[in-house]
Amino acid sequence: MLKDITIGQYFPGRSPVHNLDPRVKIILTLVYIVLLFVAGNPAALAFGVVMLLVFYLVSRIPLKMILRSLRPVVPIILFTAVLNMLFVDGRTLWQWWIIRITAEGLQTAVFMAVRIICLIAGTSLLTYTTSPIVLTDGIERLLSPLKRFRMPVHELAMMMTIALRFIPTLVEETDKIMSAQKARGADMESGGLVQRAKALVPILIPLFVSAFRRADELAMAMECRCYRGGEGRTRMKQLKIASRDIAASVVMAACLGSVIALNLVIR
Amino acid sequence: METAVIKTEQLTHTYSQGTPFEKTAVADVNLEIARGEFLGVIGATGSGKSTLIQHFNGLLQPTSGKIYVDGQDIWADPKAIRQFRFKVGLVFQYPEYQLFEETVYKDIAFGPGNMGLPPEEIHKRVTEAARFVGLTVEQLDKSPFELSGGQKRRVAIAGVLAMEPEVLILDEPTAGLDPRGRDRILGQIKEYHQQRKNTILLVSHSMEDIANYTTKVLVMAKSRVAIYDEVEAVFARKEEIEGLGLSVPQVSRIFTGLRREGLDVPENVYTMGYAVRKLLERYPQGKEAGPHA
Repeated sequence: MLKDITIGQYFPGRSPVHNLDPRVKIILTLVYIVLLFVAGNPAALAFGVVMLLVFYLVSRIPLKMILRSLRPVVPIILFTAVLNMLFVDGRTLWQWWIIRITAEGLQTAVFMAVRIICLIAGTSLLTYTTSPIVLTDGIERLLSPLKRFRMPVHELAMMMTIALRFIPTLVEETDKIMSAQKARGADMESGGLVQRAKALVPILIPLFVSAFRRADELAMAMECRCYRGGEGRTRMKQLKIASRDIAASVVMAACLGSVIALNLVIR
Repeated sequence: METAVIKTEQLTHTYSQGTPFEKTAVADVNLEIARGEFLGVIGATGSGKSTLIQHFNGLLQPTSGKIYVDGQDIWADPKAIRQFRFKVGLVFQYPEYQLFEETVYKDIAFGPGNMGLPPEEIHKRVTEAARFVGLTVEQLDKSPFELSGGQKRRVAIAGVLAMEPEVLILDEPTAGLDPRGRDRILGQIKEYHQQRKNTILLVSHSMEDIANYTTKVLVMAKSRVAIYDEVEAVFARKEEIEGLGLSVPQVSRIFTGLRREGLDVPENVYTMGYAVRKLLERYPQGKEAGPHA
């Protein structure tokens, strides 16, 4: 059922990773992505994999969550791996008609697959350990220099926060409307494509109507509380860089250094 | 003996089974609802009444246990579940949010249309249902979104009535309406019950409504059936009812108070009409300045 769809995959917890400042966490995630692409040989990449596992252990997120985060990107991983396997030149291992697999191709395929897996698992760790609201807050603060160029950073962040806040509400609403129409005999489970699309009308129209109504009510409530956008707005929860954030940054810098060193040492 | 129109056997429903969010909303419910009954369903928020009623027309499938409608196990063939949705009509809370058609007429016709009825039959049922809930002919051609909240509510109820279900379930049909709108809708439902002689289940938080309209009461508490009995018998168990976070009708509490003060008034007073009658019997001289019923 609709309830089983998890949007926003936050895993509440109190680990050191959870407690990092969201801005630092976002930047460190970006650094980790760079690190994965800097890693130029198997040893360096293996170092990246170990780092990932350590991060997951420290954050106390179950390792099977890595698999869950990878499920939607399996086709992309396979596609990249197969393309690399087939089109990289080198020593032929196996050939049939025009299909030729080379040792180098195989190596690149595995290398790329591991790189993508680490990339997805690493960025998922950010969403697993940071609540969507805190994450938006961090993004807003990181993007705030763009305000100079008249980018509506605060408004974008506010839109994102509201959207995230209303996802569960709208899912619940959809569930309710679906039940109500089913009670009137709406048939959503059978029929061809056209019929199924038609069967969505009794759900989508009430859903849109109620979404607009909610938006209207929310806008009214915000105005009643004198919301005037981001100008001069202060926050209840101030983001502060703590010593653990500095420590985490130092560790990440050391890791990046090690990868570069591994690249240079092992040729 | 005539079989019960709805019967459940050890009906249990657990949400999100096998996850940390597991919650049993309905546990081991054994019920028999007789044909033609006007049954009130009460219970504190989260007592499982909404979950229970969604089983009667097969919107929810029980985790374990069985449901019989007209003596048939409704989940014997899951593909045939729709026929039971036409037999047991369910009006949800705030049903006006489910309206979607261009005109009121088309929206009421949605249910009968899904039943595959011929157009003349649909027309007959739509006009009939609209008459029952007090919608005028001009209103039938309007967009449902132009109507007032109370009118929308009546359109939504008519949409279920038009399916002519054997059992009609209404989940708090008067929530958020003003007193006049509430009395009007409940009066129309009562009239419908008297004319059609079908079974009605009314979920309500208002003990006054339960006392005024229903013949039997089902009290749900902590996912289970706490009491299932005639109205008088249920409200006579005042302490128990209040222990469940519910209350007896206001007028009963007033009469209990009056008796405690030593006044000679009857106990077991649950409706305003009965109270007025009894008081006038007792104090005929007070008739002129007496209460307005």
